[in-house]
Amino acid sequence: MKAVLNITAPSAAQHARGPRIPAIGWGWARNVVSPLALVVLWQLGSASGVIPASKLAAPVAIVRAFWSLTLSGALWNDLVVSVARVALGASIGVALGVVLALAVGLWKSNDVIVDPVLQMLRTLPYLGMTPLLILWFGIGEAPKIALVAFASMFPVYLTLLGGIRAVDPKLLEAARIFGLTRWETIRDVILPGSLAPALVGLRYALGAAWLSLVVGEQINADRGIGYLIMDARDFLRTDVIMVGLLLYAILGLATDAIVRALEARALVWRPRAAAEAR
Amino acid sequence: MSGALTDVRADRLTVAFGDNVVLRNLELHIAPGEFVALLGRSGSGKTTLLRVLAGLQTHSSGELHVPAARSVVFQEARLLPWKRVIDNVAIGLREPDARERAAAALREVGLEHRRDAWPATLSGGEAQRAGLARAIVREPHFLLLDEPFASIDALTRLRMYDLVIGLWRRHGPSVLLVTHDVDEALILADRIVILDAGRIAANLRVGLPRPRDAAIPGFAHVRRTILTLLGVSPADSPFTDGTDARAPHAISSGVSP
Repeated sequence: MKAVLNITAPSAAQHARGPRIPAIGWGWARNVVSPLALVVLWQLGSASGVIPASKLAAPVAIVRAFWSLTLSGALWNDLVVSVARVALGASIGVALGVVLALAVGLWKSNDVIVDPVLQMLRTLPYLGMTPLLILWFGIGEAPKIALVAFASMFPVYLTLLGGIRAVDPKLLEAARIFGLTRWETIRDVILPGSLAPALVGLRYALGAAWLSLVVGEQINADRGIGYLIMDARDFLRTDVIMVGLLLYAILGLATDAIVRALEARALVWRPRAAAEAR
Repeated sequence: MSGALTDVRADRLTVAFGDNVVLRNLELHIAPGEFVALLGRSGSGKTTLLRVLAGLQTHSSGELHVPAARSVVFQEARLLPWKRVIDNVAIGLREPDARERAAAALREVGLEHRRDAWPATLSGGEAQRAGLARAIVREPHFLLLDEPFASIDALTRLRMYDLVIGLWRRHGPSVLLVTHDVDEALILADRIVILDAGRIAANLRVGLPRPRDAAIPGFAHVRRTILTLLGVSPADSPFTDGTDARAPHAISSGVSP
């Protein structure tokens, strides 16, 4: 059944995630041995003075810094600011990416006008645009959010557009035979058919959003995780710097997990998921 | 059903892609309620003819009259994988009772128990049943079947034949079945049209009594005639030993003449 084979194509991304880790057993323990050993070595190195605290804080010191920042509320305040920046910037970027991909993918005439421009802009190293964004938007919230928006727009644009263009022409033909209007074809065939790649794009977009926030928050920030890090640098507080970096990592992982959960719900019809949900 | 509205008629139908003429001056008439099988080897133009009759492709010249109420069962079921079976059957229906009608169609093809299943979980035979339900729920005057049983196992295929005949009897559409399986054409059709190089090479009325299977008297004889018309003479076939005119199809379905 070729039709079903075609449907599995978007799930290639799922395959790329690698084999599923068994839910039971001690398989996971194997995976924590070496990181744990590294942390122990690091702690020993710090305690013995091999690793000076001015270069890299000891793991125990990082945990302590994390705890005291949490207790003082400073951590929470900066975290909220950073999350809000990503949420706003990524919302703008993803919305723009979706609108542009739909405009280009669904109307041939836009293909010639919009796509070349976007392909051109896409090649710009967006992190390098920071000075320009400061000139355009000043040094407040706007350039940070603009940078996040710019970074998160392209992955969504590219993957959604690719998905729209890759919708199985046989399904479009069937839609014609069974009397779907243009709008119904978009709603029932084209959009669901391009959802899987678009969600992969969303994951990339959010990854890019966090990355650009790290850069954006180093511009004259007075709040946010980036500010926490820059401020700590002035006081040689490597423990606080590490707390900031870990926070970025955790937030990145958390947003990725949210999209993956969304993916599992929205793509329940995919062959593997559908077979499990039987 | 008035004849003028539900007849299928092609006059001097020509379809060309650039210099490549796929169908030339083709004449075809299917009477209301008639079951016609279109046989031909790969490249004979049978798929093109089906696509033109289905309205998926335009013809280059000639006259074509096809009922507006027509429906297609594709070789691959072409179900929307993100819609449950019942929603696939009901797709494009505007009536307020669309879901009830889709459920009734699923009952008719024996797939009621899978109405809420995702298409990816259906077997090949189940997917084609859903495809049949989706076609029949529209009450077509003209039903086009594009090698719908090609990728189904032999046993399931036999059950599908009974199903198709039952649907045809009850709903009475004209049917055009495109196939390369001679046995299938003989079991199902009133008439067999053989297409070769874009022209109709032969037009045979199948006078065998129904219900048919490969064991009924006369079946082997008619099949031999058709295979000869298709250019597969018994002597050409590597499967024959000279005393037996079995075609590869007959061998694969385990029936001897």
